[in-house]
Amino acid sequence: MKTRKYVPYLYMLPGLLMVLSFVYIPVFMNIGYSFFRLSSYSAGAAFVGLDNYRRFFTDEAFPVMLKNNGLYCIISLIVQVGFGTILALIIESTSIAKKIKGMYRNIYFMPSLISLVAVGLMFTFIYDPNVGFLNALLKAMHLPGKAWLGDSNIAIYCIIAMSQWQFTGYIALLMCVAFQNVPEEYSEAAAIDGAGPVKRAVSILIPQAKEQLLVCSIITVIGAFKLYTEVYSTTGGGPGNSTQVLGLFLYQQAFLHDDLGMAAVTGVFIFVITVALSVLQLKVTNSGKD
Amino acid sequence: MKTMNGHKTSKVLLNLLCILLCIVILAPLVWIILNSLKTNPELFKNSLSLPKAWRFDNYAKAWKLGLYRYFGNSVLVSTVSLCAILILSSFLAYGLTRFKAKGAGIIFVIVLGGMALSEQVALVPLYKMLKSLGIYDTYLAVILPYIAFRIPFTVFLMRSYFLSIPVELEEAAIVDGYNSFQIFRKIIVPISKPIFASCAIVNLNFVWNEFLFANVFLNNKAIQTIPIGLMTFKGDLRTDYTTTLAGLIIASLPLIILFFCMSKQFVRGLTAGAVKG
Repeated sequence: MKTRKYVPYLYMLPGLLMVLSFVYIPVFMNIGYSFFRLSSYSAGAAFVGLDNYRRFFTDEAFPVMLKNNGLYCIISLIVQVGFGTILALIIESTSIAKKIKGMYRNIYFMPSLISLVAVGLMFTFIYDPNVGFLNALLKAMHLPGKAWLGDSNIAIYCIIAMSQWQFTGYIALLMCVAFQNVPEEYSEAAAIDGAGPVKRAVSILIPQAKEQLLVCSIITVIGAFKLYTEVYSTTGGGPGNSTQVLGLFLYQQAFLHDDLGMAAVTGVFIFVITVALSVLQLKVTNSGKD
Repeated sequence: MKTMNGHKTSKVLLNLLCILLCIVILAPLVWIILNSLKTNPELFKNSLSLPKAWRFDNYAKAWKLGLYRYFGNSVLVSTVSLCAILILSSFLAYGLTRFKAKGAGIIFVIVLGGMALSEQVALVPLYKMLKSLGIYDTYLAVILPYIAFRIPFTVFLMRSYFLSIPVELEEAAIVDGYNSFQIFRKIIVPISKPIFASCAIVNLNFVWNEFLFANVFLNNKAIQTIPIGLMTFKGDLRTDYTTTLAGLIIASLPLIILFFCMSKQFVRGLTAGAVKG
């Protein structure tokens, strides 16, 4: 196109400036902050070297967070990605009538449209030991109720279960679309060769949708390390420290304990994990293109 | 015959599994809806029973108690953010794809790289920045970060769509004497409607439900968005469970309704979105 040389940059500049000033600059500032002792009310900052890192890795919450984020990650991979994929295979199989496929898919997907906060608050009611849905059901079956979110041994599992309820249908829907994109002839040819539905899924559908499956896995893992709202809106990290996670710890260090340096280190830790995973994802999506 | 029977049993079992899962998904929601239509004593007596009288006034009460304000704030923040995200991203993608400009490759890598950076990591420095800019605790305090954080992914989607538009269309327009902005407005945008719709939906889902930034950057109750409003609401209403439940449902309805109205577009947007989420 014949235009003056600066014209394309006029189109690119506003967006680029936004991204640089509100995404890149804060992220790099955060790395800087992690070497200082900082407070939000005073302007002064004292250089402390790696002291914030030492405090972070020796904090009593650190192993708890690793365990909780890790558990969330592993269970989500098994349920959302693993079971979600099986669910997508079932929905797309000939066993489910064409007319109700879409209905199932939409119903399973619906919870992912509700905000994390609303789901968190809904489940605090569902898990409520006195009037909650779960204990009411158990009572109706003459079984003893539980404290659920109030029990430090199971609270994190209650939160994880809530997320599986919310997001399994989301992954299932993404996998459904991926399976629909596999040319039908492949499956038909295999059926003529005598392959049953399970064999067709394992040897044709899943390998063909491999890329989407990997992407779904990476989204799920990244999500597990950004976990924040789900815990904030249900237990707030309690009882005790039992449901503490990295994202919530960062928030609490910064805005409850006014320890911005510690929050920054937590940020750097999340940054390293999520950037590494994103690079991996980029490699995966690019390798599929050629 | 045997395999036919086996096939039939598995068909019945799989259908039963699907129905069972529907119940698992819907039962908590139905329970919430039923209890939002009761009085509090009724809820405390037996949360599994049907309401004696359907108390729709719980919804009116939740709305009047302040939900209308949070709702209005969310509409405002979402509309402004969404428009800016779409405009800035489509400009950027247009500049990247249609000019063969020097340095476009580097700019693309920088913008795309933004997708890997998460909100948590920027939280503390952003908080300080917004304070020193004097916009902390204003609508702009969330709108600006929302726009910045959603541009990379939106550009990514739009860029691949723009690349698929044939150059011949533009060449004809240049002959007609169109300048680059007229080409953008009269040719690129109309052709790209589907990708604009997908991007709008995926971003709306993010902006409407965003919690982390809104929770830290909006302190004043008068400007808080719905997700924060719900937390405040629950705190204020402590024992008034039924009104809180009604509020949760009102807050969740817009996107669910939107989804059922445009589920095809939504699915397409999400498929594109699966590349990052």
